[in-house]
Amino acid sequence: MPDLFEPLQYGFVIRAILAASIVGIVCASVGIFVILRSLAFLGDAISHAAFPGVVIAFLLKANVIIGGSIAAIGSALAIGLIARRSGLREDATIGVVFAGMFALGVVLFGRIRTYTGDLLGILLGDVLGVTEDQLVLAAVAAIVIVSALWILRRELIFVSFDPTGAAAAGLPVLRYDALLLGLIGLAIAVSVQVVGIVLVVAMLVTPAATARLIARDLPEMVRLTVAFALASAVAGMYASYYVNTASGGTIVLVATLLFALTWIARSTRRRQTR
Amino acid sequence: MGYGGPPVLTDVDLAVSEGELVALVGANGAGKSTLLKVIVGLLSPSTGTVRVFGTEPHLAAPRIAYLPQAEELRWDYPLRVDDVVAMGRIGRKGSVPEGAQHDALARVSAADLARRPIAALSGGQRQRVLLARALVARPELLLLDEPATGVDPATEEQLMTVLRDIASTGRTVLVSTHDLAGVVAHFRRVVCLNGRIVADGDVSLLRDDRVLRETYGGHRPAGPFDYADEHHA
Repeated sequence: MPDLFEPLQYGFVIRAILAASIVGIVCASVGIFVILRSLAFLGDAISHAAFPGVVIAFLLKANVIIGGSIAAIGSALAIGLIARRSGLREDATIGVVFAGMFALGVVLFGRIRTYTGDLLGILLGDVLGVTEDQLVLAAVAAIVIVSALWILRRELIFVSFDPTGAAAAGLPVLRYDALLLGLIGLAIAVSVQVVGIVLVVAMLVTPAATARLIARDLPEMVRLTVAFALASAVAGMYASYYVNTASGGTIVLVATLLFALTWIARSTRRRQTR
Repeated sequence: MGYGGPPVLTDVDLAVSEGELVALVGANGAGKSTLLKVIVGLLSPSTGTVRVFGTEPHLAAPRIAYLPQAEELRWDYPLRVDDVVAMGRIGRKGSVPEGAQHDALARVSAADLARRPIAALSGGQRQRVLLARALVARPELLLLDEPATGVDPATEEQLMTVLRDIASTGRTVLVSTHDLAGVVAHFRRVVCLNGRIVADGDVSLLRDDRVLRETYGGHRPAGPFDYADEHHA
């Protein structure tokens, strides 16, 4: 049994575990809606669309979380707007905006060759490089996201479950949808530093999807999603420390493993009760 | 009235008074849902005016309850029946009394379903739950879009009894339906739609072959009285 306190003597490890946990909670709470609304593809798209924002912020020596947020939220809202105005299906609009934004990121990325190591961290995550400032910013964003979802949970569920009925009851459905897209964008931008653009979608989707397999009602789904996300974050960080693997990838692998185990456990129990 | 393309409904002149129980009939695409959506303010008429309780539909919205077609809802969500019924409070003016949800469920004989996951509900149970949700805020106008679809006869009977009770307390109920026999059995007034109002009056209008032809075009369904006639033969 390895000494679980040993890694905690390093400040950067503590910061990394805290950052991964914050990302776990943020992605879990937003991810519940991503799963309920079938927005997994949109989540993947928004995370890629954050790329040019991160690169531009890097070029301007500005905060990459803020740069990523602006690009992510902007793209999320643009996707919703274009889908409504153009008459195209949402998946087509998502494809156009996501590829276009990511291409912009690639082109800009090619312009700077000097600090590519840091930028690779953005693509694949660099949780060990999290600074105290980034941690504070992530915590503030997490509080904003979680309280917004908590305060408006009844309305957001109503709008998702029954948009026509919610509109008939006088709820501004489009505004709630836009808010949800904005929160997804913010959650992605906060998470990019930890798991990277390529893997953010796993943090959004996998814990909530795992919970959806077995949850009987919404409170249970919320509890399980947060539990799976935190377990993946902390266990993934420890595993990557001892096995010396990339943290972002390890966290996502743990989450995927939990999904597989939950699915198997559910199938076995069903077979037994049958 | 329409969705931007050619109008779905034209020349609609319809007045409904308090305490009336009115059936809207017509083929698919005849404008039943459109008319209900205009009344609740989800759609605006391209010309003309709609007045609900003497005001614009969206201003009257807190006094109206609208039941969408059940298949438009996400019944796979991890919600329980009382979560759905609680949605009846959202967007309503003033406070809804504490016991309102339980009363509403009891009213549709579904009190025992309160903790049931919605994914496990039958078509009839879904309709009862939606009606309970609509009743929570005690609306003065109730609009139901095809509540009889996918519902067994016993549940339909039960739903209609509740709706008749509601109408008898001075509240107004509009129901769109395909079930002409049900209309004849439970309603007094029927409005026949086919892109316009073909007929509006006592349900005995459905006896009129001309009315049925104009409502349903060439391919009219078996009239509600055909069945009764067979019984007499």
